[in-house]
Amino acid sequence: MALTREQMAQRVARELQDGFYVNLGIGIPTLVANYVPEGMQVMLQSENGLLGMGAFPTEDEVDADMINAGKQTVTAIKGAAIFDSSQSFAMIRGGHVDLTVLGAFEVDVHGNIASWMIPGKLVKGMGGAMDLVAGADNIIVTMTHASKDGESKLLERCSLPLTGSGCIRKVLTDLAYLEIENNAFVLRERAPGVSVEEIVAKTAGKLIVPEHVPEMQF
Amino acid sequence: MSGLDKRVGSYAEALDGLQDGMTVLAGGFGLCGIPENLIAEIRRRGVRDLTVVSNNCGVDGFGLGVLLEDRQIRKMIASYVGENALFEQQLLSGELEVELTPQGTLAEKLRAGGAGIPAFFTATGYGTPVAEGKEAREINGRHYILEPAITGDFAIVKGWKADHFGNVVYRHTAQNFNPVVATAGRITVVEVEEIVEPGELDPTQIHTPGIYVDRLICGSFEKRIEKRTLRA
Repeated sequence: MALTREQMAQRVARELQDGFYVNLGIGIPTLVANYVPEGMQVMLQSENGLLGMGAFPTEDEVDADMINAGKQTVTAIKGAAIFDSSQSFAMIRGGHVDLTVLGAFEVDVHGNIASWMIPGKLVKGMGGAMDLVAGADNIIVTMTHASKDGESKLLERCSLPLTGSGCIRKVLTDLAYLEIENNAFVLRERAPGVSVEEIVAKTAGKLIVPEHVPEMQF
Repeated sequence: MSGLDKRVGSYAEALDGLQDGMTVLAGGFGLCGIPENLIAEIRRRGVRDLTVVSNNCGVDGFGLGVLLEDRQIRKMIASYVGENALFEQQLLSGELEVELTPQGTLAEKLRAGGAGIPAFFTATGYGTPVAEGKEAREINGRHYILEPAITGDFAIVKGWKADHFGNVVYRHTAQNFNPVVATAGRITVVEVEEIVEPGELDPTQIHTPGIYVDRLICGSFEKRIEKRTLRA
């Protein structure tokens, strides 16, 4: 079975470490905040200028001046810091964020990522994604392995305009956890009940399959 | 206006001198911390062919979105189009010139503009369409592109409180781009929720020192929420 959005978030959360500063993108990455292991302290950075993002507010706590990078109303934890956009991106571009999790349309074996536009069809803009991928060492891309039509999103070469070049080394899809090494995807884990053959069939870029590929446990 | 007292009496006076073809820098992130009344005044004045620099372009019917409706913007420099249908439509049709700029690069361009730095190298955007036509350089084994600074004829800013000297504090995440925008305008206009007497603001807590501010006005704000999201 392919992973649910919640399971993907749960799997990403296993990469968290005590004391990490983490930036979570919109969508599945946002859900990672729900699975921070008990007893572990991580500080969430929201690139609109908030370090120490808390839960969504109750009706009484809603404040138009308190939002996250996804423009959702949000709260700040005790001990949070709020600052301007250039300060926020100095943290990101200066490599001070320990882990970045974001979505994508495509990734390829060269570590390239495309996530911000489909020419002639869709222009959302890159927002902070280009800064995040260029500034961080530790990035996890979360995405579905293939499109609804079965087209692989793990490619030999991205077909869409890039967000960043040569910056991605870890990808979690709904089918597998993969690392990018020496211009190839390396299959590290598979979703429960998903066969290696299915992953091979749905990966267009070069894929290395180690002898033993463990199943993820939930 | 007299001496160092930055207060002006009306929104018309606040944007006096704004003309067709000028560049306007606007603070705000989404609809959070946007100078709503100054945007409304730009609409009222009917100036055209503006270049507008802002992280977003409002939404359909609110914020900078209203200037798109009236075709007052010729060129938009922004990082995110998002869910603004009119923005996306004018971009795809070519009616509106759009320079999509990474959010951190945009913030730094404004910061540099305000600080007298003409350009800077950054890794952001290297190897992407953003790098096209820009000087690239390898420094210590990493690739960077040269990004020019941004300044504007007018900067429009939304603060929380300010004193007569134009010392400004912002509230929560409504700070966002406002402080960098405030530094980069030839004429910087700030609207706030409350104007207080000099001395009432703690000098150690000022976000935008008054030296950056030319005109100050007190307004009332709708503060529309784009995505009201509640705890489950």
